[in-house]
Amino acid sequence: MSTALLAWSIFLAQMLLGLAMVLSAVRVLRGPRAQDRVLALDTVYVTAATLLLTFGIRTGGTLYFEAALVIALLGFVGTAALAKFLMRGEVIE
Amino acid sequence: MTQAADIPGWAAILTSLLLLLGSSLTLIGALGLLRLRTFYERVHAPTLGTTLGIGSVLIASMLHFSVLQTRPVLHEVLIAVFMVVTTPVTLTLLARAALYRDRREGNEEVPGPRA
Repeated sequence: MSTALLAWSIFLAQMLLGLAMVLSAVRVLRGPRAQDRVLALDTVYVTAATLLLTFGIRTGGTLYFEAALVIALLGFVGTAALAKFLMRGEVIE
Repeated sequence: MTQAADIPGWAAILTSLLLLLGSSLTLIGALGLLRLRTFYERVHAPTLGTTLGIGSVLIASMLHFSVLQTRPVLHEVLIAVFMVVTTPVTLTLLARAALYRDRREGNEEVPGPRA
C-alpha cells in the first residue's frame, strides 16, 4: 500500500517537474531578450536538480544526490558568468 | 523499481505530500515565467521553485532516507544551504544587468540612474 502510494506520487511529481522544464525551455526559445533566456536557463537548471532528487528517492541510491549538487553548482557559476557578460561584455576582465 | 518495501505508512504519506507540494510549486513558478509580461515581473516567478519547491523535495528526501536507514541522513542540507545562498546573488546580478542594458538603450519604462 505505502509502496504503491510512494511510487505513484513520485511518478506524478516527475511528470509535473518535466512539464515545468518544458515550459522553461519554451521561454528559453521565445524570450525576447538575452536576460530572459538566461533566467529561463537558470530555472531549467534548478528544475533538473529537483528532478534528479526525485530519481534519488525512487531508486534509493546516493549517486543522484551528488549529481544534483553538481548541477546546482554549475547552474550558479553559469548564471553568474552570463549576468557578468550581459553587464560588461566580457566575463574575466 | 522502488526499494522502499518496508517503509511505514506515515512516512510514505508525508514524503508523497512533500514531493507533490514541491513539484507543484516548481510548475507554478515555470508557468509564471512563461505567462508574465515584462522581465522585471518574470524574475520573481522562478524563485517559487528555488526556495520552497526544491526545499520541500529536499525535506522529503531527508525524511525518506532517514526512515529507510533508521539514522538521520542530513547531507541534503548542503543543497538547501547552497540554494539559499546563491539564488538571491544570481538573480540580483541578472536584474542589475538587465536594468543596465535597458538604461543604455534609453528605454522609457525603467527608472533612470539615481540623481
